[in-house]
Amino acid sequence: MPLLKNGTTLPANVSALLGRIVLDILQELGGVFLFFLRGFVSIFRYPFQTIRTVRQVFFIGARSVFLIGIVGLFTGMVLSLQGYYSLAKFGSEGVLGGVVALSLIRELGPVLTAIMITARAGSAMSAEIGIMRITEQVDALFTMGVDPIRYLVSPRIVAAVLSFPLLTALFDAIGILGGYITGVGLLKINSGIFLSQMDYLVSLQDPVNGFYKSLAFGLLVVTICCYQGFYVHTRHGGHGAKGVSLATTSAVVYSCVGILIADYVLTSILM
Amino acid sequence: MRTPLIEFRKVTKRFGDKVVLDRVDLSIYAGEVTTLIGRSGEGKSVTLKLIIGLIRPDSGDILYRGKSISQMNRAERERFRREVSFMFQSNALFDSLTVRENIALPLHEGSKAKDPTIRERVDHKMRVMDLEGTEDKYPSQISGGMQKRVALARAIVTDPDTVLFDEPTTGLDPVRKNSVLGMITSNQRDYGFTAVLVSHDVPDVFYISNRIAVLEQGRVIFQGPPQDLEQRDHPVLQEYVSSQEILRNEIYGLQSAKSLERTFSKFREDPEKRDAVMFVISLPEYHIIKEEIGHLMVEIMLGSIANIFYRVSQSGSACKAARYREDRIVCLCDPDGGTRDPEEVLRGAAFEFNNIDFCSAGMRERQTVFSVRGGWDRIGSELSLGQLMQEIEQKERLLGSVSCRSGG
Repeated sequence: MPLLKNGTTLPANVSALLGRIVLDILQELGGVFLFFLRGFVSIFRYPFQTIRTVRQVFFIGARSVFLIGIVGLFTGMVLSLQGYYSLAKFGSEGVLGGVVALSLIRELGPVLTAIMITARAGSAMSAEIGIMRITEQVDALFTMGVDPIRYLVSPRIVAAVLSFPLLTALFDAIGILGGYITGVGLLKINSGIFLSQMDYLVSLQDPVNGFYKSLAFGLLVVTICCYQGFYVHTRHGGHGAKGVSLATTSAVVYSCVGILIADYVLTSILM
Repeated sequence: MRTPLIEFRKVTKRFGDKVVLDRVDLSIYAGEVTTLIGRSGEGKSVTLKLIIGLIRPDSGDILYRGKSISQMNRAERERFRREVSFMFQSNALFDSLTVRENIALPLHEGSKAKDPTIRERVDHKMRVMDLEGTEDKYPSQISGGMQKRVALARAIVTDPDTVLFDEPTTGLDPVRKNSVLGMITSNQRDYGFTAVLVSHDVPDVFYISNRIAVLEQGRVIFQGPPQDLEQRDHPVLQEYVSSQEILRNEIYGLQSAKSLERTFSKFREDPEKRDAVMFVISLPEYHIIKEEIGHLMVEIMLGSIANIFYRVSQSGSACKAARYREDRIVCLCDPDGGTRDPEEVLRGAAFEFNNIDFCSAGMRERQTVFSVRGGWDRIGSELSLGQLMQEIEQKERLLGSVSCRSGG
């Protein structure tokens, strides 16, 4: 076995490196989980932060309505278009309504809504908290005896729990409307068949599962984005404005990857 | 013996391989202004952050009111946070909140005060800090000096027992710098909080500080009254003293005790100078005056007394006045300089003391009567400076009882 300069062998070095990486990842995941737990538990500490929570619901929820509506509409439309093309090959154009509705309610609605909110609100959350951190505003909260996690993170968790399912429902509804416009209006599928197939294929469990997913994505996105901003000062190689930009990028990337991984896991469990 | 309000016991703090604080012992007393000075990177801000709990020591203990901060339970820690406030070097104002919201935040979050009470207290602090008219502006819409005032208002709005100031004057022009130092002093005097300052503004901070702690290479190499700094021979301390002397000389024409000792020795060695006259002017109620009207004002008054003395003696550069101990000025006059008769000088000074208005407009509510005493002797060839001082002290007489003039 070849000896390296430090007296160890190459495989030993590689396994040490891998071990360190795994430990780092586990430590980071543990940190994220504890961060979420602190934020979550603080929601129930009196006095409740009603005004700040309402502001966050407005920021995450109300201000995302237009974006979610546009994305939902065109997703439904393109889904209908593509679905029609595929189904026509099997002579099953009639089930288009059900296919569009199922795809949106079970998968695309929760996933795309979560990704869109990540892009719009998650990145802003991360940047805002990151800037507060590097300008010592987070430390200022601490010195005033205010728990920064309770003040900054807890209202956002509540807002995400309220906003993500509602926006997902909106996305689904507008997406189905888009699918209907394309399917019935442009592709001339019979309106009754389109709607009856939806009614036939979609069960109550489907939107319930979609609701669970949107809830999980909401918690995931808000935790990752707040965490990245909150601990921006501990990043390697990125301080100040650069650190905030890196944290924002990481927040969006990790959230999107997390959403897709969680989607797979949840789909496996809920199916 | 006084018990310190905050006490560091062998506190060590490292960042990586760098030891920032190395077994530091430090005492901060209630009701005083304590200033931490030292070169950049010597751990001054770290010291403040250790006190407030933003970072923790690697070893050693920090006590607050005799209780270890690290061993405080939740209730004690919450009380500690209410009692101790922090003003950041960068102000750390919440940029998405208005000036009013920034000042009100500690009350909203950290107290059970009702909205009308909070409004009243915020309004009062804004009035005191001359911030009226900026209530609805955001920090980015006001000047740097105003931002400092907002930060100061936020730091004291909860009426804390202790306020920690991290370089409160950094980046300000001299006018704003003096205004911020003045604000800290006047508020400290009015509200009686304990102030701990980190500052590079030597010697300015000496005039507003009761105690100075000098940090050098991770250790506290001096802690005590600013006047005692002059008595130490440590080269780093002498750097600070000489920088203090330069400004003091410029403002009041006062020299350091060390400088006076050098002049005295020179006169003693020269037979032609043994007729030189040494005057001593003292304020026996120095500490009472300081409590009544504040540290900064009593310093300014001593400067005024020295100026009066110069004017009355008509000595020009023939007399060298120095601060010898905190409550007395010693003046050494060269016989070749054509100084007037010593008795005549003291009589003239007494007349001036009784006719001058020592009070600034803001001091009138706190006016106090105090006496100025004085005496003189020739330096001769036998006595040391200390012995001569004692001789003169025994011969000192009342020159006048001075106070702020009513309605003046």
